Amino acid sequence: MSIESNGISVIIELGGGAELLFDKRKKHSVNLPGNDWTIQKLLFWMKDNLLKERPELFMQDDTVRPGILVLVNDTDWELLGEGNYKINSGDTIMFISTLHGG
Amino acid sequence: MDEKELMNQITELRELLRIKEAQLVALRREKQILQDYGLSNGEILRYSRQIFLPEIGIKGQIKLKNSSILIVGAGGLGCPAALYLASAGAGQIGIIDYDDVEINNLHRQLLYAETHIGTPKANAAAENLNRLNSDVNVIPYKIQLDSSNALNIIKSYDVVIDATDNVATRYLLNDACVLSNKPLVSGSALKFEGHLSVFNYNGPCYRCIFPKPPPPETVTNCGDGGVFGPAVGTIGVLQALEALKIVLDLPHVLSGQLLLFDGLETKFRKINLRGKNRNCAICGEHPTLYKLIDYEQFCGAKANDKEPKLNLLKNEERISVEEYNTTLKLGTEAHLLIDVRSTEEFDICHLKNSVNIPLRDIDNNEKVTLIRNRIQEIQKQHNDANLYVICRRGNDSQKAVKNLQETLKGSNIEIKDVIGGIHAWSKKIDCTFPVY
Ligand SMILES: [Zn+2]
Repeated sequence: MSIESNGISVIIELGGGAELLFDKRKKHSVNLPGNDWTIQKLLFWMKDNLLKERPELFMQDDTVRPGILVLVNDTDWELLGEGNYKINSGDTIMFISTLHGG
Repeated sequence: MDEKELMNQITELRELLRIKEAQLVALRREKQILQDYGLSNGEILRYSRQIFLPEIGIKGQIKLKNSSILIVGAGGLGCPAALYLASAGAGQIGIIDYDDVEINNLHRQLLYAETHIGTPKANAAAENLNRLNSDVNVIPYKIQLDSSNALNIIKSYDVVIDATDNVATRYLLNDACVLSNKPLVSGSALKFEGHLSVFNYNGPCYRCIFPKPPPPETVTNCGDGGVFGPAVGTIGVLQALEALKIVLDLPHVLSGQLLLFDGLETKFRKINLRGKNRNCAICGEHPTLYKLIDYEQFCGAKANDKEPKLNLLKNEERISVEEYNTTLKLGTEAHLLIDVRSTEEFDICHLKNSVNIPLRDIDNNEKVTLIRNRIQEIQKQHNDANLYVICRRGNDSQKAVKNLQETLKGSNIEIKDVIGGIHAWSKKIDCTFPVY
């Protein structure tokens, strides 16, 4: 067994109201088992382990629902391969629900 | 003298004042000495503190004077944006808003005073801005911006500010700006948070980032979610900043980036967005949209932030406030009244016998158990037990009834919502209840 099998630690941040689905907490420090993590895998892990209510307000068709931006270390996940981005230990992954009020 | 008569007199005096003020402005303008580069001595003095800035100078001030900026939405974003644009000496400012001023606007919409309540926002804003700076040509539009009028209005402006409060108008404005080739300074806010970005300015458009609109049930408006004045105001001021930078041709405009502001933690964060999407439906290489569409249909939501009147229940699943009041007075009908508003709203006012379970918690196991237990207690004493649900205006209560019908299936109790909620209660039963 390699040392890496201890897992990776990432910070999950939520904003724009997305935090309401996750126990109203804007920041979650989590340890993920193993080292083979993509954002796609993380989404399902979050749904099973962190999400407190109404999964349809977070995910639709195996990805985040329209109106949620995913950012890895302050960069749009689309620039990084979206769901296929391989998560590194220490990454900050942010889910921002867009605001529409004014 | 009664209130109405006094108000009429004040209106007349105001109109007289407005005429006299306009005369004074015109008189003073005649006396102004104009420099050959196009600024008057009065303007030079007025704007001197920004003309000193090397990024602006006389050239920049002339650019501002020749600029025209359109603000769509004269609310919590549009008001501060307009104040800064007018103060900076923008030549022409257009203001679009369909609404009238309401008292619940005043905590964040700084262009309006108590005397403006009930008058059109666009006109009140124009009047106030012209009092602030009579050099600015302010054009009020008391209209609902839609696919039929957007392009025609936008074409007269250099920059468009999206200060709206709903998803449909955001897509409409984006598409109209792409088709008209105008930069769009987009701001939005809710609670203590705000977002800011510039679209269609050497970078992506709103659709490049958000090709699909959010499901309507995920969108919260300020009327339901609440909004803090200084938080939304911060974003409005920043919208003015970006619009002025565009007019002045300054670098580092917030294109291809998104600024997140969290007022609770006083935190700004700038993130890098994807670039222009080659497959974007409106600004891509092979666009599928050539003209404006029906945006209410596209978004599945109305182009305003007013709550629609829902009608989810059958007549026999509902009770009027009058009927409920009779039930209460007679005291013959054993029942439980659940108030599904937020705790904050419940603290504003509530019926004495009600139990507060916010709609978002209605599925919560703990709360369901609580409801079951309370019902059982009542049934023990009275054999029979009804369940009534109340909210602010009678929409959420219907959703809650639908939900409870499922959760309490088979328990053989009548579940009804109180039509019109606390608003109806205040209007028809007890006028000491505040309406908000
Ligand atoms: Zn685009």
